[in-house]
Amino acid sequence: MDLFNAIVQVLDSTIRLSVPLLLACLAGLYSERAGVFDIGLEGKMLVGAFAGAAAASVFHSAYLGLGMAILISVAFALIHGFASITHRGNQIVSGVAINFIAAGSTIMLGQAWFQQGGRTPALGSGERFGAVIWPGADALRGVPILGPIYSELISGHSVLVYLAFVAVPFTWWVLFRTRFGLRLRAVGENPAAVDTAGISVAWLRYRALICTGVLTGIAGAYLSMVQNGGFVKDMTAGKGYIALAALIFAKWKPVNAMFACLLFGFLDALSIRLQGTPLPLIGKVPVQFMQALPYVLTVILLAGFIGKAIPPRAGGVPYVKER
Amino acid sequence: MAQAAIELIGINKSFGAVRANRDINLEIVRGTIHGIVGENGAGKSTLMSILYGFYQADSGEIHVGGQPASIKSPNDAIALGIGMVHQHFMLVDNFTVLENVILGAESDALLKKSIAKARSELERLEREYGLEVDPDAIIEELPVGLQQRVEILKALYRGAEILILDEPTGVLTPAEADHLFRILKQLKEQGKTVVLITHKLREIMAITDTVSVMRQGTMVATRETKKTTVGELAELMVGRRVLLRVEKGEAEAGGVKLAVKNLTVKDSRGVTVVDDISFDVRAGEIVGIAGVAGNGQSEMLEAISGIRRAVSGSVMLDGKPIDLTGAADPGELRDRGLAHVPEDRHHVGLVLAFEENENSILGYHDHPRYLRGPFLNVDAIRDDARDRIAKYDIRPADCRLKTANFSGGNQQKIVLAREMEQDPGVLIVGQPTRGVDVGAIEFIHKRLIAMRDQGKAVLVVSVELDEIRSLSDRILVMFAGRIVGERGPEATEGELGLLMAGVEHQEAAQ
Repeated sequence: MDLFNAIVQVLDSTIRLSVPLLLACLAGLYSERAGVFDIGLEGKMLVGAFAGAAAASVFHSAYLGLGMAILISVAFALIHGFASITHRGNQIVSGVAINFIAAGSTIMLGQAWFQQGGRTPALGSGERFGAVIWPGADALRGVPILGPIYSELISGHSVLVYLAFVAVPFTWWVLFRTRFGLRLRAVGENPAAVDTAGISVAWLRYRALICTGVLTGIAGAYLSMVQNGGFVKDMTAGKGYIALAALIFAKWKPVNAMFACLLFGFLDALSIRLQGTPLPLIGKVPVQFMQALPYVLTVILLAGFIGKAIPPRAGGVPYVKER
Repeated sequence: MAQAAIELIGINKSFGAVRANRDINLEIVRGTIHGIVGENGAGKSTLMSILYGFYQADSGEIHVGGQPASIKSPNDAIALGIGMVHQHFMLVDNFTVLENVILGAESDALLKKSIAKARSELERLEREYGLEVDPDAIIEELPVGLQQRVEILKALYRGAEILILDEPTGVLTPAEADHLFRILKQLKEQGKTVVLITHKLREIMAITDTVSVMRQGTMVATRETKKTTVGELAELMVGRRVLLRVEKGEAEAGGVKLAVKNLTVKDSRGVTVVDDISFDVRAGEIVGIAGVAGNGQSEMLEAISGIRRAVSGSVMLDGKPIDLTGAADPGELRDRGLAHVPEDRHHVGLVLAFEENENSILGYHDHPRYLRGPFLNVDAIRDDARDRIAKYDIRPADCRLKTANFSGGNQQKIVLAREMEQDPGVLIVGQPTRGVDVGAIEFIHKRLIAMRDQGKAVLVVSVELDEIRSLSDRILVMFAGRIVGERGPEATEGELGLLMAGVEHQEAAQ
C-alpha cells in the first residue's frame, strides 16, 4: 500500500510539474506550425511569471495577475513578431534577445518595485490560484485504489492545471478542424501558397504568435502563482527549452505534446522522489545525478527514440515574395 | 467584334534599376487561348504577376471585361475572375487535394462544411473539364502533372473565367503536356479565356489562337498564330535571326576516351534503372543520349561521373578504370580530365548563395593558380571570372553578383565556362540547355561543337530531341534503362521518337 501511495504521489507531482511544460509546448506549437521558430518561450514564460506575481500582489487578485501575465507575454510575442515577421529578422536571434531581456528586466524591475532582491512579495491566499476540490473528493478518499486516484490525482489541482489539459484537445480541434488552423498549418509549410490564395501571411503569423503569447503567459502565471507563492529570479530554469525539446519529440502534434510533457514531468517527479533514497543494487545515488536524469534522458530520447521528426517546412524562414 | 477579357494599357514596372516592363499594351480576347512568348527575363512573368495582383504596376491601367480594375492583391484578381497557375506550384505538399483547393476560399469557419461543399464542386468540375484527380490524395504523393491539375482546379473553384498559366509544361512529360493541352482546349470551348506564358514556340503553334512576343521588358508584336511561323516568332524574341540548327562540319573521331562496359545501376529501392549499358565515346565526337526523362539517363550520368554506385560493369577513362563504388573522388576525376556539367545546376552544379566568381572555380579551388599559400588568391579568381564572363557572354557582367540573381541561361553558362575552361579530355553534359532561352541555346551549342572540334570527347544527355539531333555525331536512345538503338545524326524525329517510346524494343522482344 505504501508503494501504491508513493506511485500516486509521484504521478500527482508529475501532473503538477508537466503543466508549465505543456502550456509552453502548446505555445511553441502554434508559432512553429505557422513557420516562426520561437526559442523565446523561456523568456515569455519568465515575464509572464513576473507580471502575474507582481500584479497579483499589488492588486490582490489572482485573476488580474493572470490577465497581466498574458498581456505582457503577448506583448513580448509581438516584439518577436515585429522583428521576425515585419522586419524579416533572424528568428533565433530575436528569440534569444527576448530571453535576455526577460531575464534582466524581471530582476531589475522586481528590485526597483519591491526591494526584495528581485523577488516579488509572497502571495497571500486570495492572490494565488487555489486548488479546485471536485465534488465528493473528500468523501471518497477512504475508498481503496480509486479513492486516492480520484482525490489526489484528478481532484485538488488549480484551475490552470485543468486549463492546460483542456488546451490539448482544443488546440488539436483548432489546428485540424477550423479554417484558421488550416491556414496556420499552410503558412508554416508554404507561405507562398497562402499569399497567392489571397491571405495575408504576416497577419496570420501574428495571430499565431498571439496564441503563443497567451499560452506562455498562462505558463508563467502557473509558475509564480500556483507552483510558487511569488516570483523568484530565473524561475523558469530552462523549462522553455525543455518544452521546445518536447515539441520536437512530439513531432509538432498536440496530443503527442501532452504525452511528451507528461514524460518529462514524470522524470522530474521521479528524480525528486528518489533523492536520498537508496536504490536496489546501485545504492544511494548523489542528488545531482538524480537532478540531471531528466536532461540525460531527454538527450537520449531525442537522439535515438523518436524516429524522424520533420519540422514545418517553412519554419525559421522569413517570408519574402520572390522577385 | 470580339470582346476583350483583359486590356492592359501602358503598364510600367521596375525593380530597382531593372525595368521589367516598359509601356506594355495588350488586349486579350474573351474565349481564346492567348500565348505570350519571350526569352527568360523578358518580363512575361512580371506582367502576369501584376495582372494577378502579386505586384503593383508603377503606372498603367488594367481593364477587365471592359471596366477599369484596381488589382492590389491576389484577392482582387480572384474576385475579378482571374486565376493563375504558377510556374512553381503554390501547393502545400502535405495537405490533401481538397485542403489545397479550399485554402483561402473556405466557405465556412469549420473545415467539415467547407470540405463537403468543395467535394461536390470538384466532382462537377471534373465532369465538365475532364480534370480527374483523387480529392483525398496527398499532394506530395501525386505526379507533377496531377499537381498542376490541382492548381487549375484551385483557380476554377474560385470561379476563374480567365486562367493564366506560367510555363506550365516545363515540368511535364510530353504525355502530360498533351493532356494539359486537351484540358485547355476544353476550357476554351466552355468559354474561358486562357493566357499561356511559355518560351517553347512549338507549344504556341500547337495550341494558341493569338500570340504576343515580349523582348527585354517590351511587347514587340502580337500575331494571329495561324499567320505566323516559328522562325518569325524566334526572330522577334531575340531580335535577330537565330539558327535553330547549329552548323557544324564532319566529325573527325579519334581514339576511345571513355569506354562504358556492361554498366548496371540500381536505385535506392533496389530497382534496376540502368541495365547493362555499353558504349564508347571517342575523341573529337559528340555522342548524344536521347530518351524520355526518367529512363535511367540521370543515374547513368551520375555513375559515370563517380557520384553514384554502380552494381556492376566498368567505365574506363583513357584506358584506366573509374571507381564505381560511389566513393570516387570527383577531384581526382577532374585531374584525370573528366569534366561534368550536371543536369541539376541548382542542387549539384552551383552554390546559389555564392558570388559568381566563387562558383566559377568551385571544384578547382585548390588549383595552385587560385591559391596563395593556404589562402585563396582572390585577385586571380576574379580575373579569371571576368575573362569567362566576357568569353561566354554571361550577363550581367558582374563577377561579384550573387549567383542566384543570374537567369537560368546565364547560370548554365557559368557552369559550362567553369568546366570547359579546364580543358578536359572528356566532357559530360546533362541537359545542356534546360530552362535556357533561345539565344543562349545557340551559344551553348556552338561552344559544345567547338569542344568537339578541339578533339575532346563529348557526351550529351538531353530530353530535347531537337538538341540531340542538332549536336550529336552519334545518337544512342535510352529506354527503360537500356540502350535500344544507335542512329546517325540524319535519323528522323519520327524514327527516334518510336525508339524513345520503346516501340521497336518491345517488338524485338516479342
